[in-house]
Amino acid sequence: MPWTKIYGSRTEFEKALKDTPGLRGITYKEAIREATAQLLASDKSVFVIGEGVDDSGGVFGTTKGLQEEFGKERVMDSPLAENGVTGVCVGAAAAGMKPILVHMRVDFLPISLDQIVNHAAKWNYMFGGTVNVPLVIRSIIGRGWGSAAQHSQSLQAMFMNIPGLRVIMPATPYDAKGLLIAASRDGNPVIMIEHRWLYDHVGHVPEEMYEVPLGKASVRRSGKDVTIVAVSHMAHEAMQAAEALAAEGIDAEVIDLRTLKPMDSSTVIESVKKTGRLIVADTGWKECAVGAEVIAKVAEAGVSLKAPFMRVNLPEAPTPASPALEKAYYPGKDDIIEAARKTAGHGERKA
Amino acid sequence: MKEILSKYGLNTLTKKILLDLYRSMLRIRMFEEKIVELYPEQEMKCPVHLCIGQEAIAAGVCAHLFKNDYVFSNHRGHGHCLAKGAAMAPLMAEFYGKETGCSSGKGGSMHIIDAANGILGTSAIVGGGIPMGVGAALASSMRDEERVTVVFFGDGAFDEGAFYESFNFASLKKLPVVFVCENNFYATNSHQSARQSGCRISESAASFDSRGHCVDGNDVLAVYKAAQEAVGLGRKGGGPSLIEAKTYRWKGHVGPEEDWTKGCRPKEELDYWKEQCPIKRFSNLLLEKGALTTEEMEQAKSAINAELTEAVEFAKASPYPHASRLLEDVYHKAGK
Repeated sequence: MPWTKIYGSRTEFEKALKDTPGLRGITYKEAIREATAQLLASDKSVFVIGEGVDDSGGVFGTTKGLQEEFGKERVMDSPLAENGVTGVCVGAAAAGMKPILVHMRVDFLPISLDQIVNHAAKWNYMFGGTVNVPLVIRSIIGRGWGSAAQHSQSLQAMFMNIPGLRVIMPATPYDAKGLLIAASRDGNPVIMIEHRWLYDHVGHVPEEMYEVPLGKASVRRSGKDVTIVAVSHMAHEAMQAAEALAAEGIDAEVIDLRTLKPMDSSTVIESVKKTGRLIVADTGWKECAVGAEVIAKVAEAGVSLKAPFMRVNLPEAPTPASPALEKAYYPGKDDIIEAARKTAGHGERKA
Repeated sequence: MKEILSKYGLNTLTKKILLDLYRSMLRIRMFEEKIVELYPEQEMKCPVHLCIGQEAIAAGVCAHLFKNDYVFSNHRGHGHCLAKGAAMAPLMAEFYGKETGCSSGKGGSMHIIDAANGILGTSAIVGGGIPMGVGAALASSMRDEERVTVVFFGDGAFDEGAFYESFNFASLKKLPVVFVCENNFYATNSHQSARQSGCRISESAASFDSRGHCVDGNDVLAVYKAAQEAVGLGRKGGGPSLIEAKTYRWKGHVGPEEDWTKGCRPKEELDYWKEQCPIKRFSNLLLEKGALTTEEMEQAKSAINAELTEAVEFAKASPYPHASRLLEDVYHKAGK
């Protein structure tokens, strides 16, 4: 499938487009905008709310022009009251609407934890399934340009710990559109975490509405020596790492988790059964997080290994501002390559 | 009686409404007193937050609501749900943890629901239900429905940021919300004066360009009148209002006991407020003015008793949920 492919650059994508005429390419941010517009057009209960969703930039382009198209009542700016407005969305959802709430930064989610954790996540269970909360909360990881400690966090793991929530982190334009549509129709509170660096990525995206099922990982590259499980922006780093590793004779399989909760552990387990080696590359911190959970699931499945598990994460510190420190802070393809070399050094590799 | 009613500006109030108000308060009181009676059996294995002494607020406000109007409430929510029209049996069964409970035994006394009557679930996080209520009002407003949403909360919730964020939002969008603060002066055991600088809750409405009323929450006619204006304003698109109703909770924060014995509050204070009992005040007035007869009141009482007896029997006889239901309903399933 052309849309499951991750393109390293726009040039690479444009070349692919020439080889496969008839397929349409749009950016990640355009894909989110298109999904949102189609949801608004097809379902009266959908509305969009968030700080600045109506401003000229339109949340990095993801909501640009939607207010002009669908009106102020359905695409609305909001007061700077993250918890209150999240609660408003939880209540609207309980009353039958399907809000898409945009928190411009992941860092604003902790302000709204009461409504996310104590209310949205609990409502369906606490009342025996009487009233559900079909709510999508979009949020964005800001990285770089000195964004520093309060505008760059990757807090997905916090939400993975809460039964009743779903957590998605699309890495491609195709998935951004399909997962957002599926999330809006899911009937449960879904935390969608986007990465600012993905917004200009281009990929094949069908024009019609479609769903990417929640809870399904995607194998981005098949390989036999080592499994690299990655999320969001790290899926792109993992693909680049895999290409470099191939030149060294290490054949990596790259799995993009796409949904963190519920996690598609069977795809990961099957892969590790084949490769015997596992690296998990996440955009966030290490402890009690994505890598820890993936590794635990593989360990619980009793898969026999050729090498110890490895994790590629942020170092154990808040994000620094200085470009020199930022450079030292963020892991990338080189760290994945390094980890792969280490794991490949253990045990026999398949011929 | 007419003279009295005209003092409240309620000249057109019918006998039926007077009887309904009396019945609604009594129904809450008898329901709560039954819990007090049964709680020591230790079969009701969940915390109960009783509203004995505060019944006039739920009764006076909900008297103005239609079935499809929304009500959001808190951990002390039995009275609100009953006044909004919830049947006793599913509530009682919920307190007993039974599968026939309104929340299938998953919620307990703090998490009750009656969606058919517009109660979309009660939150036990102080202030937590307030933004949700505003959200429900946003939903009804977007759908052009004529619903009003009433959000009940205590003076403790006035400490919470959620109140201010929600009130601002409701006012900004001119949503049909009535915020009803039941000011019983205590958040658990902390007095309002230890938590709030102004202690003038109703005046905060002015900051949000809305109307605030402060009423005697133990005077059901005063509550009824304030709610009539607030609900009426919401219904005709006039935006939100705030009613602060001053009252007193007779029992401790949680459980069936009075708490002066533990030194939480002075007994004299409770004695004073018991004299201000909203049901006694109203029934005395009705009898004195000949608006209702003792027989009519007794009839109401025996009808409530019958419902209550049946509810307790239903709750006790109902089965517990099977353990296999433990993991059900964590997520909504499409098509359900």
